[in-house]
Amino acid sequence: MRAAVVVFPGSNCDRDMAVALRAAGADVSMVWHKDASLPDAVDLVAIPGGFSFGDYLRCGAIAAQSPICRAVVAHAERGGYVLGVCNGFQVLTETGLLPGALMRNSGLKFICKTVDLTVETANSAFTAGYQAGQAMRLPVAHHDGNYTVDPAILDRMQGDDRIAFRYATPLNGSVADIAGVLSENRRVLGMMPHPERAVDAGHGGTDGQALFRELVGQVVQA
Amino acid sequence: MKARVYVMLKTGVLDPQGEAVRHALGTLGFAGVEGVRQGKVIELDLADGTSEAVIAQMCDKLLANTVIESYRIEVL
Repeated sequence: MRAAVVVFPGSNCDRDMAVALRAAGADVSMVWHKDASLPDAVDLVAIPGGFSFGDYLRCGAIAAQSPICRAVVAHAERGGYVLGVCNGFQVLTETGLLPGALMRNSGLKFICKTVDLTVETANSAFTAGYQAGQAMRLPVAHHDGNYTVDPAILDRMQGDDRIAFRYATPLNGSVADIAGVLSENRRVLGMMPHPERAVDAGHGGTDGQALFRELVGQVVQA
Repeated sequence: MKARVYVMLKTGVLDPQGEAVRHALGTLGFAGVEGVRQGKVIELDLADGTSEAVIAQMCDKLLANTVIESYRIEVL
């Protein structure tokens, strides 16, 4: 499986993302935000966490207009896989690849801790390594993770089983405690928690491993 | 020419920062502050003759996230 990790000025989880993908067996290349195209035959694009462009204007807003993001949108529209974590999730909502928006945490504080999550669906290449209803723990580190979406769209997403992860207890004001959502074709996942920071027992947990393992495994077969 | 764009959270979207400001004003002893909404003002220096329609496109594509924000354009 060939994966590309996008690097913006201000990305800071790009190398962790590459390490997690490589550990799962992916062939990873890094792409710079000014690149107008992705490497050939890329299966997965990962948009990492960080503070792209200093969070100027809105988190992810400037990154979403960068040349590489036009290529990422085209990749998704062709049915390619995209994973956006933290700032990457914010970028995906700003590009319109995922519905909704991520607002300032309701408590106004930057939240940096490991939180309890519930896997809501196993029906995606990202979550097939878990069981629906399974509890897991991943680190979060964000100031703007308060997910909001139009109620009619939320109803439709819940009906279509497109909520990937929820916080086990309210964390940041997110509607319905949503921590991660899938696109309509289930090939684009945006999530605030950091699975790439939970792939090594020496770093406090390995609950993120199954995401990368299944993703790499399933996409290779595809 | 200059234009000013006012970006506000849409009515009905909870504004946690505005709420914090409202609370702080109450703490300072200002009674009767029933609501605070916080937004942003963006000033644009534009080539003469730029149409309001083009400014609206700038707002839709970048300056506002119309999922949660509304905007108002003021040509100066």
